[in-house]
Amino acid sequence: MTDWVEKQRNILDFTLSSLRRRKGRHLGMLAVYAAIVFLLASVMLFSHAIKREAAIVLADAPEIVVQRMVAGRHDLIPGAYADRLTGIRGVAAVTPRLWGYYYDAALAANYTILVPTDQAVPAGSVVIGGGVARARGAGVGDTLSFRGYGGEQFFFTVAEVLPHASELVAADLFLIAETEYRAMLGIDDGAYTDIAVSVRNPREVVTVANKIIAALPDTRVILREEILRTYDALFDWREGLMLVLLTGAVLAFAIFAGDKASGLSAEERREIGLLKAVGWETTDVIAMKVWEGAAVSLAAFLAGYLLAYLHVFHFSGALFEPVLKGWAVLYPEFRPAAFVDVFQVLTLFFFTVFPYTVATIVPIWRAAIIDPDAIMRS
Amino acid sequence: MIFQPAIIALLLASVVTATVAVVASGFGVQVLRHWDITSGSERQLALERLTYLISTLLGLAFAVALGSLLLFVLNADRMASQFVGAMCAVGTLNANAWGFPTLVLKIVNFFLAGTWLILNEVDTRGWDYPLIRAKYRYLLVITPFLIAEAVVQAVYFLGLEADVITSCCGSLFSTDAATVAAEMSALPLVPSIIGFYTVLSATVVAGLVFIRWRRGGWVFAGLCALAFVVSIAAMISFISIYIYEHPHHHCPFCVIQGEHGYIGYALYLPLFAATVFGLGLFAMLPFKQIPSLRAVIPALAGRHATLSVALFAVFVAVATWSVATSNLVMRN
Repeated sequence: MTDWVEKQRNILDFTLSSLRRRKGRHLGMLAVYAAIVFLLASVMLFSHAIKREAAIVLADAPEIVVQRMVAGRHDLIPGAYADRLTGIRGVAAVTPRLWGYYYDAALAANYTILVPTDQAVPAGSVVIGGGVARARGAGVGDTLSFRGYGGEQFFFTVAEVLPHASELVAADLFLIAETEYRAMLGIDDGAYTDIAVSVRNPREVVTVANKIIAALPDTRVILREEILRTYDALFDWREGLMLVLLTGAVLAFAIFAGDKASGLSAEERREIGLLKAVGWETTDVIAMKVWEGAAVSLAAFLAGYLLAYLHVFHFSGALFEPVLKGWAVLYPEFRPAAFVDVFQVLTLFFFTVFPYTVATIVPIWRAAIIDPDAIMRS
Repeated sequence: MIFQPAIIALLLASVVTATVAVVASGFGVQVLRHWDITSGSERQLALERLTYLISTLLGLAFAVALGSLLLFVLNADRMASQFVGAMCAVGTLNANAWGFPTLVLKIVNFFLAGTWLILNEVDTRGWDYPLIRAKYRYLLVITPFLIAEAVVQAVYFLGLEADVITSCCGSLFSTDAATVAAEMSALPLVPSIIGFYTVLSATVVAGLVFIRWRRGGWVFAGLCALAFVVSIAAMISFISIYIYEHPHHHCPFCVIQGEHGYIGYALYLPLFAATVFGLGLFAMLPFKQIPSLRAVIPALAGRHATLSVALFAVFVAVATWSVATSNLVMRN
């Protein structure tokens, strides 16, 4: 074993010194290679980060949301339904919720307007998300005015701007008191947007959902697991789509790498000829070239991945944001939590190193079978 | 189909591997028909040169095949969140009828490709291409399996629908279902522990005997194959329940998840590597009389046997450790 390792070490040693001697030639290759890794890695890191954020956000969401349907459309749900849900065995808590969207014509943007269930907002005050604050240029103590559904004006004093940490979910939030919510949007007492149901035992969620459908046939039941599954599939799909679009770039890169590898300089040909003349076997020359490829690949992979990491986690993935995140006027500014996954690195390795290796094998072989005799005569 | 990076990677890998194998098989047929080391004809020279290209290509393709088994299982594990009822890789593999056939083919190809790489390694050590016919004949056996894997895997992935309700490992590895997995789960505890330790110690002893005296290589290689099967059965029948600390959870896939400290990797990676090094003896021992390999094979076989024995020992140690430190106590 040791002599094999020793032999490979010597070949690697030789390879690295020959790489050092021809720095300029390899730097261009390295730059393009790293750029390809950077592109693909950015896409993967970004979509994984979003998936994780979604999972973290949804971890606190209620297990079940019950919505009333009228003619296939989401409609307001009577508060009396909540009492019937409380009676179902396995249900831990039932919370009727009030929320909706408010179109602000001045900004051409939609707010998510919400009556918080865990904190009380005093009448006449509003708590706003970071996106709303930026768009309206509002801070704590400022007064904002809005038109209600009947045309009359409502005035709110900003009591608080939500912290930046919750930006992803809270950018477009607009939290007000229940009475003002009903008055401004014209919603009757006793009617709610939907009902959140939490279930004590996660294994019972499906059973409880079935019971709800049986008890309230005019409702639609949305499970948290289902939302998560949909998000996962959606972001995987977007990521896959980006990767397929980038296949063209990978292909061009492979052609470039193959071309570069097959254009051996006269000096390199002489070197290989000499090596073979002093006793190197064809397999040794192939091993040397494979080590060369491995060194270039590793360097490019590390550089590209590092750049992608910085791009996604420190510059919020500025290049791909619109495609992967979706689009909205009040879009959250957020910095995803840094996260690196072995599975992802493996997949990425396959998408970049594999094409490079395939593209360079034939040129490597061509170099390795050079006849020393023919070289030295020429 | 579910559009996902890892799936695209796996599909591409299998297509490339199968294509390389088909091309190499075409070349192999040429070698089997026309190879003549004593001749100096142009065709022989071309064959000699090309064989370097073909073995390098196959080396890459088979290395990818080895890696794709890992990626496949990881992917199945990760995708479980997208199927109703799935909690680990089992659910994803059960999402349609082709999941488990793909996995089985991948495991078979893992060992075929691994032994071929070892055969190739031996061949390059001899100066006169001693095993060139043997290795291309063997390749002709492997190629259909690689094609089958590529086709079955494509059918599996293309047929995946996220809204299918699949079954979780609890139903596949429960003791009263009528499947092979269930049979293994239902193996009585004490006999299966005894059987596991007997076979594995026999394998290690046979390996040590072979390393010391270069005898009983065939026995050792055969025991390696047996030890692999017994180890998988042991994973399902008793190692798993001690890891999960739950007397009825027999799933061999949940062990690779984070909640169990990724201990599955510490078990499966040594087990698969040990088996492939052991099986490699099958690719070496028949040729130890060839003049140019007389010095090569005993040394290489001894080295591989050492690796195999060491890795089996690691596997047994990790398995024993996870049983010994478990809070589960089984009394009957």
